[in-house]
Amino acid sequence: MQSLIWLAIALPLASAAVLLCLGRRADAWGHWMGVAASGGAFLVGLGALIEMLGKPAEERALDTTLYTFIPGGDLHVDVGLLADPLSITFVLLITFVGTLIHVYSVAYMEHDKDRRRFFAYLNLFVAAMLLLVLADSYLLLFVGWEGVGVASYLLIGFWNYKPEYATAANKAFVVNRIGDIGLIIAMGIMFTTFGALDFATIGELAGNASTATLTAAGLALLLAACGKSAQFPLQSWLGDAMAGPTPVSALIHAATMVTAGVYLIVRSAPIFEGAPNAQVVVAIVGAITLTLGALIGMAKDDIKKALAASTMSQIGYMMLAAGLGPVGYAFAIFHLITHGFFKAGMFLGAGSVMHAMNDQVDMRRFGALKGAMVVTWVTFGLGWLAILGVPPFSGYWSKDKIIESAFVGEGWQPWVFGLTALIGAGLTAFYMSRLFFMTFHGKARWTDEVHPHESPALMTVPMIILAVGSAFLGLILATGDRFTTWLEPVTGHVEHHEPVLPVAVIVALTLILVALGAVGAWFKYGRAEVPQEAPSASLATITARNDFFQDSVNRAVFQRPGQHVTRTLVYADAAIVDGAVNKQARGWSSLGSASRKLQTGQVRSYAATMLVGLVIVIAVIVVGGL
Amino acid sequence: MNPMNYVILAAILFSIGAAAVLLRRNAIVAFMGVELMLNAANLALVAFSRIHGELDGQIMAFFVMVVAAAEVVVGLAIIIAVFRARQTISLDEPAELKG
Amino acid sequence: MFPFLTVLVALPALGAALLWALPASALTRVREIALGITVVEAVLFVIMALQFDKGDAGAFQFSETYAWIPQIGASWALGVNGIGLLMVALAVILVPLTILAAWREDKVPARRRHYLALVLLSQAFMVGIFAARDVFLFYVLFEAMLIPLYFLIGSFGGAQRRYAAVKFLLYSLVGGLVMLVGVVALYFVGPGGEQAFLTDNLTGTLDLTTAQERLMFLAFFLAFAIKAPMVPVHTWLPDVAENARPGTTALLVAVLDKIGTFGMLTLCLTLFPEAADWASPVIIVLAVISVIYGALLAIGQKDMMRLVSFTSVSHFGIMVLGIFAFQQTSVEGAALYMFNHGLSTGALFLLVGFLIARTGTADVDAYGGLQRIVPVFAGTFLVVGLSALSLPGLSPFVSEIMVLVGAYPVAAWAVIVSAVSVVLAALYILLTYKKVFTGPAPEAAPATTRDLTLRERLVAWPLVGLMLLLGFAPAIAIDYLREPSADIVAHVTLEEADA
Repeated sequence: MQSLIWLAIALPLASAAVLLCLGRRADAWGHWMGVAASGGAFLVGLGALIEMLGKPAEERALDTTLYTFIPGGDLHVDVGLLADPLSITFVLLITFVGTLIHVYSVAYMEHDKDRRRFFAYLNLFVAAMLLLVLADSYLLLFVGWEGVGVASYLLIGFWNYKPEYATAANKAFVVNRIGDIGLIIAMGIMFTTFGALDFATIGELAGNASTATLTAAGLALLLAACGKSAQFPLQSWLGDAMAGPTPVSALIHAATMVTAGVYLIVRSAPIFEGAPNAQVVVAIVGAITLTLGALIGMAKDDIKKALAASTMSQIGYMMLAAGLGPVGYAFAIFHLITHGFFKAGMFLGAGSVMHAMNDQVDMRRFGALKGAMVVTWVTFGLGWLAILGVPPFSGYWSKDKIIESAFVGEGWQPWVFGLTALIGAGLTAFYMSRLFFMTFHGKARWTDEVHPHESPALMTVPMIILAVGSAFLGLILATGDRFTTWLEPVTGHVEHHEPVLPVAVIVALTLILVALGAVGAWFKYGRAEVPQEAPSASLATITARNDFFQDSVNRAVFQRPGQHVTRTLVYADAAIVDGAVNKQARGWSSLGSASRKLQTGQVRSYAATMLVGLVIVIAVIVVGGL
Repeated sequence: MNPMNYVILAAILFSIGAAAVLLRRNAIVAFMGVELMLNAANLALVAFSRIHGELDGQIMAFFVMVVAAAEVVVGLAIIIAVFRARQTISLDEPAELKG
Repeated sequence: MFPFLTVLVALPALGAALLWALPASALTRVREIALGITVVEAVLFVIMALQFDKGDAGAFQFSETYAWIPQIGASWALGVNGIGLLMVALAVILVPLTILAAWREDKVPARRRHYLALVLLSQAFMVGIFAARDVFLFYVLFEAMLIPLYFLIGSFGGAQRRYAAVKFLLYSLVGGLVMLVGVVALYFVGPGGEQAFLTDNLTGTLDLTTAQERLMFLAFFLAFAIKAPMVPVHTWLPDVAENARPGTTALLVAVLDKIGTFGMLTLCLTLFPEAADWASPVIIVLAVISVIYGALLAIGQKDMMRLVSFTSVSHFGIMVLGIFAFQQTSVEGAALYMFNHGLSTGALFLLVGFLIARTGTADVDAYGGLQRIVPVFAGTFLVVGLSALSLPGLSPFVSEIMVLVGAYPVAAWAVIVSAVSVVLAALYILLTYKKVFTGPAPEAAPATTRDLTLRERLVAWPLVGLMLLLGFAPAIAIDYLREPSADIVAHVTLEEADA
């Protein structure tokens, strides 16, 4: 099955093509085909996993070449798929969570007449994402990378009869593309230095390249990762991306596409190994985003935007871990997996809440939903406990390891990164608890026409499965270090380093901060009255509510000047460049007009001209002859 | 009798004829200037023939006289045609070719 | 051996003559006749292409050489290598599609006849130019091509079409005039004789001082830069795009402008390699300027045809960058881009043409919400638009990435700056799509409610299909390009090594 891994990509891709080409004729059954395609991909991935588990650790990776993409010459690229522990882990995450979300969407999108098209786009996304993680070269990865970008654009703008949603889709695509510049530059550097773009060759040769080259490549890859994973400074698109239907937010903007950046960094380990400065920058970016996301999440009243900020922050944790080097790679991926489960679960829960509340998103109008939607409350609650990092739920196992690894190292780094991660945990506890309590607890602050009820089975069953994962997956994967061992062929074996603070102290501090955060949120939002209108607030809160004015900065620094530049250039092109052409044409015309004056029509002036000419010729002859 | 004097006379006659063509507006007077120029050329030719002692110049003078006669016929015909159309023999009036 | 290339040149020319000679009774069938001729041409081309030896793509196959004007050394010499074959393919594909796209234009059969005859005549010249192996023949066709184009632009189109046609003509003629000096000089510095102008005879045999070579290179380069077009000699293109018929613009930009880059590859680099090497830093800078300038100007346009024409300026900048980086991958990428860009921009112009046919305007602000009422059109437009921004899965991506990655070893800064164009491209395509297709459905305008008709699908979908095919399996085309590119690169670097 491992060699048939291409089926995992082909099934959803074919399904998407069929659904798009058949059009309305497929409306009645199209969504089930979409679910089947996604499920089929999962089974292929599962088969590959079982086959791999049967092999000894060193032999698990399999690189299958399908056909030649770019033949010969300087650059030779094959369409090849690499099924190794890292990629199969992602494949399973994408297809498992993906299939659950497909099922959920059958009910969520039931009243939308374009449901079939939605499933086509979802399948397209799954196919592209699988290509991204299975590719064995940076070029093919880029194909998948852009593919998920397009799928994201199509899905965010699914309801593009609303102009704001179309704008949000554009914004996501454009900001992603800024990151793509980084990937193109990185490929250029790699081609120049190694003459190839596939992981195998680069893995072998990376040690021979200079640190400067590797650092440049690493920073370029980081730029790409920032764009796709909504890390600072390219994070502005994620909040707006919530314009898409909630299953989209769950699948793409929580579990999978936004994690592609982390995948890229971990996959590029050979490059980062030779570029410690680039690694530090990755960790710094992760730390900044971690904090930024948490602060923004504390002030958002829109449930989806709060969850989006949370995603940004959690990916910050993953980037921080990835930037710590081999020590952190496995934990970054571990957290990625657990986060995929609990964040997707919470997004689906939010969708369930929205479904019940007539598609409202303002948490200030929620409250006391635990009685009306028990299943949603329980599943969301499990996700909440997981993200807080409460033992024994999965978030505890993954996040705690990251915090511990952050405290490993020398000099200022372990203190800065470790403390940031630690405080971030406290902030996470606060804002996620705020979200949970505002939505499910306290007094009901509903608008008049709302009658909340539990969602249908097609929606609740996926939520339950994801909640179970949120609860137990961490424990299962952490027992006996089996997950870290599983990833070792890819991430390398790392000796255990001691953090600068004793592990017990770190764990204790984390749990204390988490408890403080949760309890603080309980008092402010669970027990106390939550105002239905957002109260006027301090400068800090206003800043957080406005995403730290990132959009305003972007508008002022890039968008407005950019528009001025284009307008000026259009004017200059017409006035100066084209003007020069037209002016010199007029110049010739004037010359012609001036020359016309010689043609007076007067016979006598012609005669005079002839005479003068004759005299000159004779003079020349006479003088020349002399 | 110095033949060079005749050449100088020819030059003077030529200049007078040219001046007549350039300065007089009446077409017929301009034509007379053209005739004067032709005859000045004839005089020069004959004088040179005398100077070099050869007959070539005198023979060429005959050719010039024939050509002059033909040209007078055609030129006067054009002037009459223009007069019939325009009622004028001023050289300045017809400026149709003004560009 | 069957003289494929001469027949491929002669057939449309004779077809044009036939159309002009048609009696009035047959005029109602003029479209079918024209389409039939181009289909026959396409079939002939396919037969020829199947006999092309892919393994020897660097050699000029189907060669025909006849004496034409031996007194000045001009021959009727045709031949195609891999690159030439793809360019002829482009001409043969796009002309029938353009005729199909223009099916409903011109109610008067006589005008229809003129239009179609001129298009056929252009096709004859197109095929001839890409197959020409004699510099004099190349030059003659280069200039002759302007005649049908002048009439196509000036007689059929919008308000300012005469201005646009004259501007186009004068611009091209100036370039041609400068090139003529170079062509004449070639006779004297080459081996001379009755086959003096054969490109094969002129390669590597020129007896030139450095200054002479540079001047001649510049003479040819200027003509090709105007054709391409490159900044700052590009201003004829937006006016033509705005005022000529979309079909004419599609042919002009998708096929004829390739003569510029094709000439750079086959003449400038082959005949004057040292001068090319000397000029390359400046040319690369100009190319990068074209890339960014074209993209920025595209963003600022209100007229969709002008917008697409500026995107062409930008894409041609990438092609020139690829050519003058003198790396095998970048030259392959540039040649591939010539083909892919023809498909992509041709499709885009024709689709905008379909919009104009419905409402009469190409102004972006006149539209909105079209996705709600013409979803198939919207989907097709989006896919073609995504190809213009080089989305992977569609063929222009492969060519663009090959140019950028391939040129990086020698022109890293140029590549970095040019890479910014991917963001700009996203902006100009998606902003246009947003303004025209997204938003609430428009209340008025029943004319726009016709979704893509069968005829229009027959025009657009084959192009999309080809782009998808070459996007997933670009090796099909690259196999034809690898050896010619390697030969050209070797030629330039060898001469450089001798110098």
